[in-house]
Amino acid sequence: MTEDTIAAIATALGEGSIAVVRISGPDAVELIAPLFRSKTDLREAPTHTVNYGWIVDPADGTVLDEVLVTVMKGPRSFTAEDVVEISTHGGIVAVQSVLELVLRSGVRLAEPGEFTKRAFLNGRIDLAQAEAVIDLIRSKSSRAFQIARRQSEGALSKRIVPLRRKLIELLAHVEVNIDYPEHDVAEMTAASITETCGEALRSVRELLKTAAEGKILREGIVTAIVGRPNAGKSSLLNALAQENKAIVTDIPGTTRDIVEESVSLSGIPLRLLDTAGIRETSDVVERIGVERSRGALNEADLILLVLNHNEPLHDDERRLMDELAGRPVIAIVNKIDLPGKLELDEVRSRFGDDRVVEISAKEGIGIDKLERAVSGLFFGGGIESEDLTYVSNARHIALLHQAAQSLEDAINAANEGVPIDLIQIDIAAAWERLGEIVGDAVGESLLDQIFSQFCLGK
Amino acid sequence: MGYNAGDYDVIVIGAGHAGCEAALAAARMGCETLLLTINLDMVAFMPCNPSVGGPAKGHVVREIDALGGEMGRNIDKTFIQMRMLNTGKGPAVHALRAQADKFLYQHTMKETIEKQERLTLRQGMVEDLIVEDGVCRGVITKTGAEYGAKAVVLTTGTYLRGKVIIGELMYESGPNNQQPAVKLSETLRRLGLELVRFKTGTPPRVHKDTIDFSKTEIQPGDDKPKYFSFETEYSDRANDQLPCWLTYTSEETHKIINDNLHRAPMFSGAIEGTGPRYCPSIEDKIVRFADKPKHQIFLEPEGRNTKEYYVQGLSTSMPEDVQLSILRSIPGLEKVEMMRTGYAIEYDAVVPTQLWPSLETKLVQNLFTAGQINGTSGYEEAAGQGIMAGINAARKVKGEEPVIIDRSAGYIGVMIDDLVTKGTNEPYRLLTSRAEYRLLLRHDNADLRLTPLGYEIGLIPEARYQKFLEKKARVEAEIARLKELKFKPDEQVQALLASRDSAPLQNTVDGVTLLRRPEISYADLEKLSPAPVELTEDMKEQVEIQIKYAGYIEKQMQQVERLSKMEKKRIPEDIDYSIIHGLATEAKQKLDKVRPLSIGQASRISGVTPSDLSILLVHLEHYNRVKAAARG
Repeated sequence: MTEDTIAAIATALGEGSIAVVRISGPDAVELIAPLFRSKTDLREAPTHTVNYGWIVDPADGTVLDEVLVTVMKGPRSFTAEDVVEISTHGGIVAVQSVLELVLRSGVRLAEPGEFTKRAFLNGRIDLAQAEAVIDLIRSKSSRAFQIARRQSEGALSKRIVPLRRKLIELLAHVEVNIDYPEHDVAEMTAASITETCGEALRSVRELLKTAAEGKILREGIVTAIVGRPNAGKSSLLNALAQENKAIVTDIPGTTRDIVEESVSLSGIPLRLLDTAGIRETSDVVERIGVERSRGALNEADLILLVLNHNEPLHDDERRLMDELAGRPVIAIVNKIDLPGKLELDEVRSRFGDDRVVEISAKEGIGIDKLERAVSGLFFGGGIESEDLTYVSNARHIALLHQAAQSLEDAINAANEGVPIDLIQIDIAAAWERLGEIVGDAVGESLLDQIFSQFCLGK
Repeated sequence: MGYNAGDYDVIVIGAGHAGCEAALAAARMGCETLLLTINLDMVAFMPCNPSVGGPAKGHVVREIDALGGEMGRNIDKTFIQMRMLNTGKGPAVHALRAQADKFLYQHTMKETIEKQERLTLRQGMVEDLIVEDGVCRGVITKTGAEYGAKAVVLTTGTYLRGKVIIGELMYESGPNNQQPAVKLSETLRRLGLELVRFKTGTPPRVHKDTIDFSKTEIQPGDDKPKYFSFETEYSDRANDQLPCWLTYTSEETHKIINDNLHRAPMFSGAIEGTGPRYCPSIEDKIVRFADKPKHQIFLEPEGRNTKEYYVQGLSTSMPEDVQLSILRSIPGLEKVEMMRTGYAIEYDAVVPTQLWPSLETKLVQNLFTAGQINGTSGYEEAAGQGIMAGINAARKVKGEEPVIIDRSAGYIGVMIDDLVTKGTNEPYRLLTSRAEYRLLLRHDNADLRLTPLGYEIGLIPEARYQKFLEKKARVEAEIARLKELKFKPDEQVQALLASRDSAPLQNTVDGVTLLRRPEISYADLEKLSPAPVELTEDMKEQVEIQIKYAGYIEKQMQQVERLSKMEKKRIPEDIDYSIIHGLATEAKQKLDKVRPLSIGQASRISGVTPSDLSILLVHLEHYNRVKAAARG
């Protein structure tokens, strides 16, 4: 509605051999042209043409992908605005890195349902469909909201919250200097601004570095591994970790007992809940049994149920399977290297053939099948959060870049002797960008901070 | 016992800072206007600090002046000290603050009002409003006078069911022992308006001759003061300023307060109203910030011909005997005589989300409210709303669209938008941090922002407007000249740069580039190449600011531009939110309460999410297309 330029991944992730980043808005061509290396300058490309070339990061010349770029000038486009579509190779990595770059270049990530909304507002969609448009916005927003809420409790947020705390203290101090110039509050100096902003900048850069290494930002699909003691949860975890070049993070700031680990299965990041519990000594696991994982079960997007091929189904397991009916579950029949005592037919009838995988974690047999099952579920729409999780990661990275830029600007301005009320603009921008990551609303809270931090009044 | 006392276009109830501006604006715009006050001796009275201006507040005074209001001119005629604050910071937050001769301030304003054509000033306590079919048509006073009116502006300050509290003592009263307006509060309630209870307070006043100034630090005014009004010319008043004095509370002060907290109405539960966080009483400060060893106390003269001194920093509702002990524990005040006792005052205010951005109530047509009754605090905040309520009452009478100042055009706009969109749960004070476009809302450019509007609505006379246009043109011409002007790396230029610790030129540059260097001022450039037509100091300042901060200003202008489409997207006043499919329940309730006039305003309501806005937009588009189709 502000008619800025927006972008999003327009194809279902990983489904086809190509993926498309769609950009719509008045500056679509202008903003994408510098990222596109080709014989044709996008600015001069005629409308409704497909152009071959490469997406290149203009900052360092890195080639991200070989692409086809379609230009559709408004009003003859889906949204009736200027639209650029970048077709990248399929899978996840290419399209996400292209989206990240696009978002860094001054394009905003589309809100849920925003392309459709624009199409409607610009008269491209029939009046009769107004209600359907609203339903789409509503349902997409509520998914996005749930994901945002979960991320606000995630590892990234835990790093950002204390960072913002420091920035808002700095901002409150600056504001007090401005609004209460005669008060006995020390004047903020360039040195203290560069110190606080410098610290914040270092933290943001560290986060970006880990993002580049694919570590913590890709929070992935929240996955719970459940099963009876001795079913082989622990060896499954180890197998995943070894076989699939797991990204095991020990995130500073999180306590040992809620350690989360990420593994990447054919490029799909799984965030494993409660792995500490699984890794603990077996007698502890004995003691707590299946109950241990109940909490994790409720928040999970994906549940890996581990069953022991070598034992008949236990009552506990039947109860658990009842509970899991209708959830995104993959039943892993482990220890197929041992004689089969498990009622395999019953398990298959409960979950369906393609959701049951036979493996031997110990021998490393069948892990590839598990990968296929997960990606089937993931790309088949069985797990609902996938694209949004990815896209919000791209958004996070873009926001971190913007925050870093603002902090750099603030530091440079402070060093050049720019007045504090102007430096404040950059500090506030950094604080707001970081706030968009953790989902904090701006506004009154700065005033609250001012009046709780300082004793003011006449 | 009622009698017909006459008919007016606009009636303003209350002659405080909001009422004076409202009445003057309405009369100047051609409306026959009546200004009623409980006590004629209280016109433009300053019940609290004897000062005007400061950050954001001073900006508002400039804006009032740029629109053709009176506060700026009045303080320029009556100040006893003028000081520019924040001069070490950027130009946007430079803020003028005056100490007023509060008695002269009142008399001067009263004289202006008395001389104003079409404006009648009269003493009378309004007790009832005449409302027919939801439209306000007049007022009735305690003495039975019935006045007819096409529009009524309520500017009742802290008089509505006012209650003064001093320690254990509590009595019904307006400020400074004036009669409170009790019946009018009942009238508003009867009309269905939701009221809240707010609280504010004032410190004791002391006798000058009993102050030992040698134990305090002097706080003088500026040698070469600036003025609030764009019209004021330099006068001798500038050479005859009175200083203020700074002292601090002592350990003893804190002990006295802590020992007497059981007698403090703030903590005994006697006070029910919500007080402002930014203007706490001394007892509140000492309890909330127990670690702070001392608090600043400013001693400010209340006028030239009085011995009364205002004790800034010592607002309190402690019992009178405790107040005296507190005063005498402060260095310099050991033998002080207290002339007036500090007090807290509670009063009724209207929940401001019940107002349109024009300040007309949604419930009763042609009834406007402004100032403390809308939940604000401060003379400047009151006056800023007053002039807008006066303007919009006059426009309503003339059948014209209301004037609404955008958040990007003035602090007055920020304040009114905050009030009617978000409401307030404490007395609202303007702060520069409430403005998202602080750099655009500068002290220096209030005329550029608002004088064209003031002229358009008939508050700025032709001669002043021509002068304004002349200033604008000369500033623009000078900026254009500097863009073209070339400075070569010759001896004269390099010498000047060296004297300013500025790097020598390598190549020829234009004037704008040179002026953007932080260490170079317009005065430097002027030495190298004077403007062909002599510029005033104001114009030079404008040239310098517009060039030096162009990058930052440009960035904020772009933001304004981006959001302006949302601000322009209108929502019909009679929209029925309950039938909008897909809108969250919370959003429906909030939107229905505030009834925003634009998508921009709706976006600032807390609890209304971006997806609610999207849905609202889709609904509006649907509504418009159906309407267009119906029209064929």
